[in-house]
Amino acid sequence: MTMTKQTYAPGTHPSLPAPTSTTGLIYWLRVNLFSSVANSIITLVSLYLLYLALPASINWLFLDATYIGETRKDCAPNGACLAFIGERFNLFVYGFYPEHLRWRVDLATILLAVAGAAVLWDNIPARKYMLRFALIYPFIGAWLLSGGFGLEHVGTHLFGGLMLTLTIGVTGIVCSLPIGILLALGRQSNLPIIKYFCIGFIEFIRGVPLITLLFVASTMLSYFLPPGTTFDLLMRVLIMVTLFSSAYMAEVIRGGLQALPKGQLEAAESLGLNYSQAMRFIILPQALKISIPGIVNTFIGLYKDSTLVIVIGLLDPLGIGRASVADSAWLGLSTEVYLFVAIFFFISCFGMARYSLYLENKLNTGHKR
Amino acid sequence: MSTPTPNTNALVRAWYDKETRSVIVQIIAAALILSFFAFIINNAVVNLSNIGKDINFSFLWDNASYDINQHLIEYSSTSSHFRAMIVGLINTLLVAVAGIVLATILGFILGVMRLSRNWLTQKIAYVYIEYMRNVPVLLHILLLHGLIVSSLPRPKGSYNFGDTFFLNNRGFQMPSPEFQSLFWIVGGFVVAGLAFAWWFSRYAKNVQDTTGKTYPVALINLAAILLMPLVVYFALGSPIEWDVPALKGFNFKGGMVVRPEFIALWLALSLYTAAFIGEIVRAGIVAIDHGQTEAAQALGISNSRVLKLVVIPQGLRVIIPPLTSQYLNLAKNSSLALAIGYMDIVATIGGISLNQTGREMECMLIVMAIYLIISLLISSGMNWYNDRIRLVER
Repeated sequence: MTMTKQTYAPGTHPSLPAPTSTTGLIYWLRVNLFSSVANSIITLVSLYLLYLALPASINWLFLDATYIGETRKDCAPNGACLAFIGERFNLFVYGFYPEHLRWRVDLATILLAVAGAAVLWDNIPARKYMLRFALIYPFIGAWLLSGGFGLEHVGTHLFGGLMLTLTIGVTGIVCSLPIGILLALGRQSNLPIIKYFCIGFIEFIRGVPLITLLFVASTMLSYFLPPGTTFDLLMRVLIMVTLFSSAYMAEVIRGGLQALPKGQLEAAESLGLNYSQAMRFIILPQALKISIPGIVNTFIGLYKDSTLVIVIGLLDPLGIGRASVADSAWLGLSTEVYLFVAIFFFISCFGMARYSLYLENKLNTGHKR
Repeated sequence: MSTPTPNTNALVRAWYDKETRSVIVQIIAAALILSFFAFIINNAVVNLSNIGKDINFSFLWDNASYDINQHLIEYSSTSSHFRAMIVGLINTLLVAVAGIVLATILGFILGVMRLSRNWLTQKIAYVYIEYMRNVPVLLHILLLHGLIVSSLPRPKGSYNFGDTFFLNNRGFQMPSPEFQSLFWIVGGFVVAGLAFAWWFSRYAKNVQDTTGKTYPVALINLAAILLMPLVVYFALGSPIEWDVPALKGFNFKGGMVVRPEFIALWLALSLYTAAFIGEIVRAGIVAIDHGQTEAAQALGISNSRVLKLVVIPQGLRVIIPPLTSQYLNLAKNSSLALAIGYMDIVATIGGISLNQTGREMECMLIVMAIYLIISLLISSGMNWYNDRIRLVER
């Protein structure tokens, strides 16, 4: 190829590609990993640590792992024993729910997905009808899971596994938000009796660990009920978990309420709106929007806290994992089992966190600087 | 057009008057709340008398007759339930304080790593934080406990660190100090060093305010608190004797041991909370307007002093309130010790004592009251600190 000298009229020269020193892999490496001596040292140390940790973990978890087997003896000694997970998968998902009735759990989960999708995304076809369905879903779900009215009854002591976590998580999330809003409004109220009752309730719940409340629910609650009444352990746990997270919810929403300028309420009142109208149309929509990250964090916390039910003997995935660690046929397993449960929790909680980000972006109406 | 006729009914008019209505609503609320409490207290009294129980705290002085494997004060199975409770409380406080310290250090490191210009460190911190935050802390505790108990060697094959420290599945064995009589002189020097440091910081600040002259305060104070006592310690001929652990048969004799339950709980709580603190620290630093840094640089202040004098003091104001609630969470999460058998307050008075005496009411009341007090202490301490560093507005 011969070099030809070409002339351009002013303004017609085609754009040249960026200099090679500011594009491509080398440039990226230089800016992001080796921008200074200290940075290079940090990079190299990190790489060395990753080199120590990653190949060994991958070998243990995937390459040397045993996927199929009947007992611990079938597993390779220096790899993960994943055979166990396959063997017990149904136990992790359904707990001790009777085998021939498990279709009801599956159906309830599918319907939950339908109802949830309608609540979470607003560009879904026929959303209006799906929202109405979501409203009655809690009753359908409860009916499918525990039976009655034509379906075979299943005691809640048979609930377990992921299904129990979902039951506690969804019930807690659905019930704690309205209670939390009421508590937050009560705490901000001008009426001293209501205000101090709400403060006392919130501060008491936030001051004690959930574990003690669960103990109270499991051992002492019957003392406080009229003689002779008992009700279901799972029901008591659900009430305690809901009350617990509604106190945290109330504080998150109070933050949102306090962040609103006083002028908003005054403007609403000067338009002649009464208290409930002002709250419904002016204050709460703004306050809840500000508190979305906190609300979702509380949901995630509740979801994670549902694992504490294992200390009062309910068997969620973690409880089943802990019980199976003690199984003599699979002695010496623990990391594999707990990692498996951890992956499940990670997926659900990380999903919630990402959804909160999406919602924040969607509702951001541009007041941010 | 018809005008609405004014309502003549006194009750209806009272309802539309704001003042009267608030009184009515409150009276109804008070009546509901009081009757609810009356209802449950009445139920409790009836139920307790039906099974012949009363509310009585005298069981606290009875023999506990169970062992606690980690006790920092004298305790044996002949001690009282009250003493068991104190041992449990000390264990709770120990793991909470140790956890708060480690979580704060790790959290600040993670926060800085998240803001690093180095892509790799930033991503490592991100992955770590997301994994830790999105998995229940109880799972971390069980996982770490399982790892320690099942993958560390038995005492015979312990990891040996210079024949003084040993790591095995029974815990971390280390030498225990035995103080001799001369040691109190060293202690006295430490106290004197602290007093000197307190006085000297004030003096140096005073001098700087009036004359602008600065002293290397941190170095001088460090020397007073650490170096002097160390010199005295060696001058007196090392008045501490170390009881070194040694393998006798199947287990170690002598020294002291940090039990695997404590290690698992402490590490799990700190690693978990550190992830949250990391995000808080990051948010706090990001919240400081970049103009602040630029202004400081324009004044010719060195980079490290920009951080120390401009960014961190302002960032702390954003960081402290959420940090407080993380500390509270850590203290409350320490109650999960129960799951791995660490003898904290829930496991002693709220667990074994409760089961032995059958006094659920009293035991749970004590446990809840103690947690409420711990929470109040932490939050009032942090509020005091927050008030001190708050922006003073005119």
